[in-house]
Amino acid sequence: MFERIWEAHLVDEEPGQPALLYIDLHLVHEVTSAQAFDGLRLAGRPVRRPDLTLAVMDHNVPTWAGRLPITDTIALKQIQVLARNCEEFGITLYDLHSPRQGIVHVIGPDLGRTQPGLTIVCGDSHTSTHGAFGALAFGIGTSEVEHVLATQCLLQRRPRTMEIRVDGQLPYGVAAKDVILAIIGKIGTDGATGYVVEYTGEAIRSLSMEGRMTVCNMSIEAGARAGMVAPDAKTFAYLEGRPHAPQGRDFERAVAGWERLATDAGAAYDRLVELDASALAPQVTWGTNPGMVVPVTGRVPDPAAMPTEADRRAAERALEYMGLTPGTAIQDVRIDRVFIGSCTNGRLEDLRAAAAVMRGRQVHPSVRALVVPGSQEVKRRAEAEGLDTVFREAGAEWREAGCSMCLGMNPDILQPGERCASTSNRNFEGRQGKGGRTHLVSPSMAAAAATAGHFVDVRRITDD
Amino acid sequence: MDPFVKHAGTALPLDRVNVDTDQIIPKQFLKRVERTGFGEFLFFDWRYLDSGQPNPEFELNRPGYAGASILIAGRNFGCGSSREHAPWALLDYGFRALIAPSFADIFFNNCFQNGILPVILHESEVAELLARAKAQPGYRLGVDLDRCVVEDEQGFSATFAVDPFRRHCLLHGLDDIGLTLQREEKIRAYEQVVSSR
Repeated sequence: MFERIWEAHLVDEEPGQPALLYIDLHLVHEVTSAQAFDGLRLAGRPVRRPDLTLAVMDHNVPTWAGRLPITDTIALKQIQVLARNCEEFGITLYDLHSPRQGIVHVIGPDLGRTQPGLTIVCGDSHTSTHGAFGALAFGIGTSEVEHVLATQCLLQRRPRTMEIRVDGQLPYGVAAKDVILAIIGKIGTDGATGYVVEYTGEAIRSLSMEGRMTVCNMSIEAGARAGMVAPDAKTFAYLEGRPHAPQGRDFERAVAGWERLATDAGAAYDRLVELDASALAPQVTWGTNPGMVVPVTGRVPDPAAMPTEADRRAAERALEYMGLTPGTAIQDVRIDRVFIGSCTNGRLEDLRAAAAVMRGRQVHPSVRALVVPGSQEVKRRAEAEGLDTVFREAGAEWREAGCSMCLGMNPDILQPGERCASTSNRNFEGRQGKGGRTHLVSPSMAAAAATAGHFVDVRRITDD
Repeated sequence: MDPFVKHAGTALPLDRVNVDTDQIIPKQFLKRVERTGFGEFLFFDWRYLDSGQPNPEFELNRPGYAGASILIAGRNFGCGSSREHAPWALLDYGFRALIAPSFADIFFNNCFQNGILPVILHESEVAELLARAKAQPGYRLGVDLDRCVVEDEQGFSATFAVDPFRRHCLLHGLDDIGLTLQREEKIRAYEQVVSSR
């Protein structure tokens, strides 16, 4: 599948040089684009294909009700600069007043702009999310954003390919998030550096599109250039009828093309990693990168048991930062905050999973829980199902769409020392606020932790 | 972009693995709309105490390392976000070359776009450089892109591999966009083929 998409997008290839690859969809947001537009202005260059470019405000927007005015003057400037740039260069912008606003990696699929076989880039590492549709999608820096704006192309060395095959059936209570955390735990945060990963196997096929997006989203946390899942009937059903998906006869024709993308049995990869889904338990990270992860039934590891000196020191540093003692049972770790949302787990199915746990329960009195839908569209659909009422009645806050506490660029941040069960993608030091301690979990595990005040095995909570 | 041919300077040993972009430049400093001015926020959470005073424990604040321009680090340096603010902060502080056993993909590309040379050396060579730089504050290294060599004045010498296209662009300070725009005809031809499908 990767080779087919790559070959179909080659504009030019000369020996010894990186390939010139055509980009079908360029997603733009406020944090990584201002300097790129500046570069265009300085050189007097237009945006080559505004029609293939889509912009949204997501990273530093407030998520509280009403959200305006924005009081952070520097964030406000960044947002105003994006609006001005989009107007000047003729780019469609989903701003804070748009009913379609949301996290860039949620609205691409929401709108049906994300489709199989496309090349998709964005100045954001979690662009790998879109690979769930069988697109080749990856994050780029601001200089490359400028390059794509000016030329609609990107210079790329052909990456190697890795198959990550997840066979077997996912047990009850084990989610897509647990699959990808277990993969990163197994291969490490640089285990897939230089590779495009294709996820295959029964457990991947059985995931919904939302679940596949969660898995592909965190490919970058294993260092991968991109993550992909071959499109199938679920992909086509998800896209049918979305505003920017092909309609009617065009849709049928498109599906026929998309079906041909799927990987041949026996396709060759440079590397294979295998995982047995049936052996997986819900996962909880204990450290300061997503590869520092154990099953919920496990304990905080002892740095002395780490394989190398560098890993031992990294684990010691991580435990000191996280305020954890080796040997502590994960389920004895108490939490102060819960964040449900982000481009990893802010879609309707994620909110449903969290609500299923919170329904009829109360958020623990010592915990503050925040639920932030990934887009305004997700928010509307969740409200139509009454999920907002479930969260509110449980004592959680229900917010407007945005990246929010995943990276704490907006007002939603942790205080120093606060411990958070988070459905986001990174538990780096200070990610959710300086001194904040992040544990990555699935939406249902986050909801369960919210009600208990500490980590619990969601398989036991929902058995009651 | 400034060309990079060769550079000699003080080497900072940052003996940590998986240094992520959130550490290189914390997100509260990403809201500027310029490319410059990020250097003072480089490694902010490690570099400064809560009081705002420099953290004396952090490598960059130790005597002899101020003004370092070559950074030596553990594997997977620059993992995490695609934020180009990370190389901008390193460059703005004064770093011109980075040496590690491996780098994260997007960060690695971003460095080349900004005239910073990321050098991949073998784990044992990086360990040797870290040891020398730790033992001798103010330790100086030379990085030569023309010859693809890292060397000091005490007998250390290691060659490195670098993508020939990236090397060419860095040596001459070439801008990718200008080069690609010279292939306008091929881009237009591709677009015509696609639109006729």
